[in-house]
Amino acid sequence: MVAVVSIVLLLLRAMPVEGYFNDFDKVSQTQIDVKLTQLGLKDPAPVQIVRYFGRLVKGDLGVSSRYRAGYPITRILAAKAPVSIRLGCAALLISLLLGFALGIRMARSSQTKHALFDRLGILFVVAVQTVPAAVYHILIQLYGTEIFGFPMLFDRRNWTSWILPVFSLSLGNISFYAIWLRRYMRDESNKDYVRLARAKGLPENRVWRGHILRNAVVPLVQYIPEAVLTTVMGALYVESLYSVPGMGGLLVQAIRIQDNTLVQALVVLFTMISMAGMLLGDLLLAFVDPRIAFESRRGGRR
Amino acid sequence: MRKSNLPEKKSYWGMILKEFLTNRSAVFFLCVMTALVLFVFLQPYLPGQRSPVMIYNDPATGIQFRNRTPDAEFWLGTNSIGQDLWARTWAGARTSLLIGFVTAGIEILLGTAAGLIWGYWKRFDLVFTEIHNLFSNVPRTLVLILLSYIRKPGAGTIILALSLTGWLGTARLVRNMVVILRDREYNIASRVLGSSAARIMVRNLLPYLTGICAMRAAFAIPAAIGNEVFVTYIGIGLPADMPSLGNLIQAGRLVMSEPALRYQLLLPVGIVSLITVSMYVIGNAFADASDPRRSV
Repeated sequence: MVAVVSIVLLLLRAMPVEGYFNDFDKVSQTQIDVKLTQLGLKDPAPVQIVRYFGRLVKGDLGVSSRYRAGYPITRILAAKAPVSIRLGCAALLISLLLGFALGIRMARSSQTKHALFDRLGILFVVAVQTVPAAVYHILIQLYGTEIFGFPMLFDRRNWTSWILPVFSLSLGNISFYAIWLRRYMRDESNKDYVRLARAKGLPENRVWRGHILRNAVVPLVQYIPEAVLTTVMGALYVESLYSVPGMGGLLVQAIRIQDNTLVQALVVLFTMISMAGMLLGDLLLAFVDPRIAFESRRGGRR
Repeated sequence: MRKSNLPEKKSYWGMILKEFLTNRSAVFFLCVMTALVLFVFLQPYLPGQRSPVMIYNDPATGIQFRNRTPDAEFWLGTNSIGQDLWARTWAGARTSLLIGFVTAGIEILLGTAAGLIWGYWKRFDLVFTEIHNLFSNVPRTLVLILLSYIRKPGAGTIILALSLTGWLGTARLVRNMVVILRDREYNIASRVLGSSAARIMVRNLLPYLTGICAMRAAFAIPAAIGNEVFVTYIGIGLPADMPSLGNLIQAGRLVMSEPALRYQLLLPVGIVSLITVSMYVIGNAFADASDPRRSV
């Protein structure tokens, strides 16, 4: 994690110099040099990186240089983060619920004669997976506001304005969960223990819920970190599209107005969030599936 | 299993083709894509085409043709500053397709080469695994944003950013496949008979990898096009004077609240979706068809 953040910081040293100034056109070359030296940007790269980590540990992300010049970035984020977190969690929850519901229905339908629901579901999944997210978010905004009359822009107090952004954010993960759950449930449904359960005369509903679903869910856990990642990255686009006052929209805005320190803070933050998500997912998988151990076993072929 | 040390290369590809042709929808989408690609690249040479960047003025008043609706003169109307949308649409599709093809090409070449080395020689395994674990944790979108921000906006930046991360996934899939196949009997036999590593890779392993490569390429092209749309939205994508599907969608988004002009958004959206859906279906069909285990 430290290595990746260091690389990110190293890359960020190449940011356009204009981004540190509010009035770049008016200042002279000497003033630029003085300011850059003040900010410590003329020091060798390793020194800068070590210093950045030192501040990071203390929870200091520096001050914004353009968005609100001189204002601490942590305070800007403190106001924005709760909205983003709430939005993201809502999207994750909804995608989990709807994705599971869809996956179960598809798996069950695939065992019937015409498998109509299964085919419709696959059509939906293929559509969501193939059409770029950047495109369907716009279409959802356009037709969602027009047909259902939901507000186009986000307003924290108006709950109907939450529906479209949350739905947009969860759509990708709904299809993702649905298709994998269907796959795993179908694989499970041909196994011997399921046949035994059926032969025992258990009602079909209990076989699906008690036997197949439980076993099919385990491998699905490995996709949760990826879903978190999709949501975080999707938030960049969706938040800015609906003018949500959150961190994703903030990054887009910071890039547009070229606020280097703010971009740096947000990129580092997003990198850390996604890496933490990955790590958490691995731990979760080990927790759910006892077959995975962190100590390496002997006997494997290398 | 007879494998490719015998001169049967042609028949192998013939078999892929035959398998592929049995998939009706894939053939349909392949035709659509071929027609689209041909048209997109031939369109500027057809007679009576306008320039995609020229701004047209009304000869009577001298004012630009702003947001003219489609008619005989401008087949798809004009945009908000008087550029011909028919020409812009195809020029945009051309740009986006080129970005997609180049990205996919780099990703496949680099990924396969790295994957072969990674999987074939055990001493490289640890190094590559560490590199992969390190970089696969950085989200692609962030790399894209970061590089687009610090570099000059343009097609080169997008291609660089996407292939920088894309090859990792291909390399890992290739590596897994190579590790599985490396010590199979036919390869051991081949090695005993004195084939060089290069020959084993190209003749024995590569046929097994075409499926993976086709699949990755088919997904890389839509991903590249989608990402172009995304960075253009943020404002660090292609410059506005370079028509691309991202630029067209962005321009269409700004006028989408007027129903009469909404086609300016829906048209590029439709083309993007057509390309991505086609590539997906083709890629899947090709991956199925080129699975050599079927050709036995």
